Amino acid sequence: MSTFAQSIISGLGQGSAYAMLAVGFVIIFKSTGVISFAQPALMAAGATLVSYLVFQFGLGFPAAVAVGVLVLAGVGLGLERVALRPLVGRPVFVAAIVTLGLDTAIRAVTNRFIGPDLRPVGDPWGYDRLELGPLFLQHRYLAMIVTAAIVLAALFTFFRYSRVGLAMRATAFDQETSLAQGISVGAVFALSWALAAGLATLAGVFVAAGSGVSQGTWVVGLKALPAIVLGGLDSLPGAVVGGLAVGVVEALVQTYQPVHAPWLGGNFSLVAPYVLMLLVLLVRPYGLFGTPEIRRV
Amino acid sequence: MKRGATISGRPELRTSYRADMALLNSRPKRLGAGVILAAALAAPFLITDALLAIAALACAAAIGAIGLNLVSGYAGQVSLGHAFFIGAGAFTAAALTGDPGESVYGLGLQWIVAVPAAGLVAAVLGFLVSPIASRFRGLYLAIATLGLVFLGEHILDNWRSLTGGAGAGRRGVIAEIGGVRLDQPTEVAGLVLTTSQQLYLLALVLLVVLAVLARNLARSAVGRAFEAIRDRDIAAEVMGVRLGRHKMIAFTLSSFYAGVSGAVYYTVINQINPESFNLLLSVQFIAMVLIGGIATISGSIMGAFFITFLPRITRELPAIVPFLTAEPTLRDGALLTVFQLEAILYGVLIVGFLILEPRGLYGLWVRVRNYWKGWPFTY
Repeated sequence: MSTFAQSIISGLGQGSAYAMLAVGFVIIFKSTGVISFAQPALMAAGATLVSYLVFQFGLGFPAAVAVGVLVLAGVGLGLERVALRPLVGRPVFVAAIVTLGLDTAIRAVTNRFIGPDLRPVGDPWGYDRLELGPLFLQHRYLAMIVTAAIVLAALFTFFRYSRVGLAMRATAFDQETSLAQGISVGAVFALSWALAAGLATLAGVFVAAGSGVSQGTWVVGLKALPAIVLGGLDSLPGAVVGGLAVGVVEALVQTYQPVHAPWLGGNFSLVAPYVLMLLVLLVRPYGLFGTPEIRRV
Repeated sequence: MKRGATISGRPELRTSYRADMALLNSRPKRLGAGVILAAALAAPFLITDALLAIAALACAAAIGAIGLNLVSGYAGQVSLGHAFFIGAGAFTAAALTGDPGESVYGLGLQWIVAVPAAGLVAAVLGFLVSPIASRFRGLYLAIATLGLVFLGEHILDNWRSLTGGAGAGRRGVIAEIGGVRLDQPTEVAGLVLTTSQQLYLLALVLLVVLAVLARNLARSAVGRAFEAIRDRDIAAEVMGVRLGRHKMIAFTLSSFYAGVSGAVYYTVINQINPESFNLLLSVQFIAMVLIGGIATISGSIMGAFFITFLPRITRELPAIVPFLTAEPTLRDGALLTVFQLEAILYGVLIVGFLILEPRGLYGLWVRVRNYWKGWPFTY
C-alpha cells in the first residue's frame, strides 16, 4: 500500500511540471489554434539559461529563475512575431510544422550551450526529502507542486478577472468578432507565446532540479502532448488534470511494470503516457474535457 | 476540330483531357525528363564513389519522401510516424537477407525478395494503423502519430532477437541477387562496377519505377480523391469520396514506400541501429517534403536529394567559415560544429521555406520557368 501511495505522490510531483507545460500548450492552442511543438525546446533552453545565470553570472537561484522566465517570455514574443505571425490565415498544419522546425533549431542551439554533460541548475533542493511516516516527499516535488498551484491559480485569476485575460478568452472564442470589438488579436497571440514560453521555463527548471539539464531533457517536454490530448486540446483544467494523470501513470508503471509485466521491456514507463493517450483517444477523440469540433462545409 | 488533335506551333493547346493529364504533356518536359534520366544513368561513370554512395542514399530517401508526400501532401493527413514504417521496412529486409547463423534473425533470402517484402510488412502495419488514424483529424492525428514513433522506437529497442537491441543494432541489408554479392565489385559485360555504382543504379531504378507509379496514382481517381479529402473533407464525403477507404489507401501506400525506402537505405549503410528511427528521422522526411514541394513527386525527389546532400555541403563549410569546426566536439574556440549547424539548418530551412516559398524547391523552379516562358515580358 505504501509503495502505491508513494508512487502517487512522486507522480503528482512530476505531473505538476507536466501540467505547467501542458497549460502553456493549451494557451497557445486556444488563442492561435496551433499546437506549438517548440515548447520542449523552449523548456530546455529556459533551464539551460537559468543554469548559466546561476553559475556563470553568479545570480541567486530565485533571481535566476525570474530572469530566465522573463528572457524566455521575450524569446517567445520574438518567435511568434518572426515565424508565426506571417502564417496567420494559412492552414494550422503549416504553423504546427513551422513550430517543429523552430523546435529543431532551438534545440540545436541549446545543445551547443548544454554541452555533453549534465548541467546543474543550482536549485537548493537536490534530492532532500521530507519524511511523512512510511512515505517521503522530495523537497523538489513539494516545491514543484506548490509553485504549480500558485502559478496556475494566478493564471486562472488572470484569465477570469483581468481585461487582458478577457481579451484572450474572447480571441480564443472567436478571432474575427474580437477583432471587431477592438481587441488586438496580434498582441494576444504574442502574449500567449510569451506566457507559454515562461511556463515552459519554469517547468524546465523543476524538471532539471535535482539532477540537471542535459541534451535529453527536451523529451520530457513532449510528455505534455499526451497530457493535453488526455485533457482535451482546448481545456485549461483538462491540461492540469492530464498533466497530473500522466505523471501518476508514469510513476505507477515505473513501480509495477518491471515486476508484473517485464515483457513490456525496460523503461516502458517512458512510453506509457503515449499508450495511455492512444487508448483515451480511441474512446474519446477529443480528450476528457475537450470541446468536440463542430464541422461545417 | 477532332478531339485529341494537335496543331503545329501551338504546343500548349490541348484538346482532350487525356492530353492534358498526360505525364509529360509538353515537349520541353519530355526533353527535360530525358536529359535528367540520361544524366542520372551516366552519373556512376562521372562522379566519385563517395558522392555516388550519398546519391544512392538520396534515391532511397526520395522513395520514402514520395511515400510521405502521398499521405501528407496529397491526402493531407500529417503523419509524424513515418520513421516507424521506415524502421519496420529496414529491419524486415535485414532479417530476410541476414545470415541464418547470427545471433539475430536471419533467413538468408535474396535481396529481390526482401525489398518488396519489406514494403509489404510496412504496408500491413500502415493498414493496421489506418482505422485508428482515420478517426483523427488535423493536429490530433499529428500527436497520435507522434505517439506511434515513440512506441515503435520502444518496441525496436527491446526486440533484441530482431534488431540487436538499443546501442548494439545489427548488420544492414545484404544485397545479393542470384548469387552475385552487390557489396563487392562485380564485372558486368567487361565492365567492372564498384559497390557504390551498383547500389546507386539499383536504388535509381527503384526510385524511377516507384516515382512513376506514384505520379500515375496522383493523376488517377484515387489521387483526385486524396486531394479532395485534403482540401475539404466534408465536401469530399458529400461528393461520394469514401473517407475511411481513401485514408486507408493513403496510409497503406505511404507505408509501403517507407518500407522499401528503409530497405534500400540500409542496403547502402551497413549497420542498422534501432534508435535511429526516432522523431528526428520523421522530421527529416517532413523537411524533405516541405522543402521539396508539397504534393509534387518531383519536389519530393528534389527535397530528398537536398536534405541528404546537406551534411556533405555543411562539411565543406569550415574551410570557408572561420567559426565552424568539422570535429565532433568543440575545440579551439569554435562556435559550432558542422553537426550542430546541420540541425539548425533543418529547422531554419523548414521555417524559411514555409514562410517565403510554400511550394518549396518545386515552386522555385516554377518561378524560374514562368519567368523564361514570358520573357522578355514579366507576365
